[in-house]
Amino acid sequence: MSDTLLGRISDTLWRNPRLLIVALLAPPVAWLGIIYLGSLFALLAQSFFSIDEFSGLINYEFTLKTYGELFKAYNLDIIVRTVTMALAVTIGAAIIGFPVAYFAARYARGPWKALFYLGVMLPLWSSYLVKVYSWKLILAKEGILNWLFETLHLSRLLNAYLSLPIVGGNSLSVSTTGTFLVFLYVWLPFMILPIQASLERVPHSMLEASGDLGATPVQAFRTVLLPLAFPGIIAGSIFTFSLTLGDYIIPQIVGSSRRFIGQAVYQYQGTAGNIPLAAAFAVVPIIIMGLYLWWAKRKGAFDAL
Amino acid sequence: MLKALKSCTAMTIAVVVGVQPAIAQMVTEVGPGEGEVNIVAWPGYIERGETVETFDWVTGFEEATGCMVNVKTANTSDEMVALMNEGGFDLVTASGDASLRMVAGNRVQPINIDLIPSWSTVDDRLKEAPWHYVDGVHYGTPYMWGPNVLMYSTEVFDEAPTSWNVVFEEMNLPDGEPNEGRVQAYDGPIHIADAANYLMYHQPELGITSPYELTQVQYDAALDLLRVQRQLVSRYWHDAFIQIDDFKNEGMAASGSWPFQVNLLQGDGAAVASTIPQEGATGWADTTMMHVDAENPNCAYMWMEHSLASNLQSDLSVWFGANPAVPAACTDGRGMQTAEGCTKNGFDEFDRIKFWTTPVSSCESQEECVPYYRWVSDYIGVIGGR
Repeated sequence: MSDTLLGRISDTLWRNPRLLIVALLAPPVAWLGIIYLGSLFALLAQSFFSIDEFSGLINYEFTLKTYGELFKAYNLDIIVRTVTMALAVTIGAAIIGFPVAYFAARYARGPWKALFYLGVMLPLWSSYLVKVYSWKLILAKEGILNWLFETLHLSRLLNAYLSLPIVGGNSLSVSTTGTFLVFLYVWLPFMILPIQASLERVPHSMLEASGDLGATPVQAFRTVLLPLAFPGIIAGSIFTFSLTLGDYIIPQIVGSSRRFIGQAVYQYQGTAGNIPLAAAFAVVPIIIMGLYLWWAKRKGAFDAL
Repeated sequence: MLKALKSCTAMTIAVVVGVQPAIAQMVTEVGPGEGEVNIVAWPGYIERGETVETFDWVTGFEEATGCMVNVKTANTSDEMVALMNEGGFDLVTASGDASLRMVAGNRVQPINIDLIPSWSTVDDRLKEAPWHYVDGVHYGTPYMWGPNVLMYSTEVFDEAPTSWNVVFEEMNLPDGEPNEGRVQAYDGPIHIADAANYLMYHQPELGITSPYELTQVQYDAALDLLRVQRQLVSRYWHDAFIQIDDFKNEGMAASGSWPFQVNLLQGDGAAVASTIPQEGATGWADTTMMHVDAENPNCAYMWMEHSLASNLQSDLSVWFGANPAVPAACTDGRGMQTAEGCTKNGFDEFDRIKFWTTPVSSCESQEECVPYYRWVSDYIGVIGGR
């Protein structure tokens, strides 16, 4: 038994373990609650206000009118465009990322493994803007990719592709395809790493067993490897999907200038002073991600955590 | 939550209203410098020879007055307004869209022009410009102005295009190829004003008197014109350096632009030139304004005097491809600018330029105008193909 102040505090905490937990948890919970959730709710609250049609001032009265604006054709376009892009990028990243991750998990050993990690992580070390700008140059009409097509006498093929509606454009760097390629490049590491982690956990013996039982490689992949690695793919897709959903810089530099959700939020909030509509727009990715996470949880993406 | 926000707003208004009487004070004499001055400025506006050694209009001021210049750059007018609302700054180089907002919001204080000896040298066309001269009170010293020019490729155009129609209407350019995919437009909603300016000339029956004050009918006509333009434009330009890159690597033939890009491209040896076509052009004019609670008023006044009297006007107009607010800076050799340079930057075209102001619903020339926030959402729609 000690009579000093510190000693008494120590005794009290020992006798009341709950007090200790409260004392330890209070700061982080307060941080999360006030700074994070608080600002989120302040934003959400804004979306229930509206902007006065005539003066452009914000009308602080509860209304759902602002949410109604989201369903106007040009705003709906933005949402559909962004979600479609996010889905395409996610699927593309999974298709490209899976073989890479498979090689790294199954075959790469020692220095090769280090090289793999370096190769995947390296792009993340350089500035995001530098990467996007260099892609703009690669995809430009007078850029290296076009030069390559010309040298191989395949320009006609490229032009035929670019003349297609929606995915095409005047050149790759002003087409939706260009935006897709840059998104794919920038977010690919976030897909490869979780898949690789999940593949490492698949016991090699299972693949051997399926082979022993007469499964063809395709069957083994479809019925054994893919289901076991699926949580990893979903974990990666959460990254690629949400990152594409929120990005507002890539579509500004590469693509056809058609807006994505992030740009719309930036513009409504920043230049128009229409904070209610910006807030309502910001709620859209939250809802979409909520639905996506709920679906991912049902698919067992978080079981491995 | 609702209540809390409401009372917050009420309190803010109360504070603003309560403070009002105290701020009408104007500085009556300039004392010794406080040792520093904090300025919110556009990028490239306040150079101390760190980007390019010969472009320096700060170190001389610091040596002469002992006022160290601290610069905070802002990329948009809205950022400028936000920074000034936060406070902690003495001066801001505000464009016409921001200046009146700050005057209305009591963020800036009246300027005593008697304390600025070089005031008399300011361009007469700018002395009482409506974007800083409100109800007979001066709210700043003119800084720099410039037109939004039509930039064109000299490989495509043998001579300067005479009309903005090359970027607004489908046509074949002088090299025989269509303009589709080879022209650009500004990505900001204010580009609607360029369309309105074009219609003002070509469809006088619409009765547009100012491209920033549009009735619903005039506004719809401008949007229709922009929808045609959407078919021609592959990508709208947002960032000056991306546009420069597009003219180099994407085979662009013509676009609305700033003299800044034209000068940089010409400096790189690219085959471009610029013109102000028959319809005239939109433009910007910036003003040095002083924060209502400026902590360093003496240094601020010294800077305003410096901004008019020194090499700043001349060298900055070369650096930025803009026009000095002091006409003598074009010719008196205080810096690098020359009479030819000023002419090239559009100095003689002042009357043909409609300077940027924020569209508001209660406008002067019409009964009711379409306000700016609708320009934003509708322009997003136009770019999205609606």
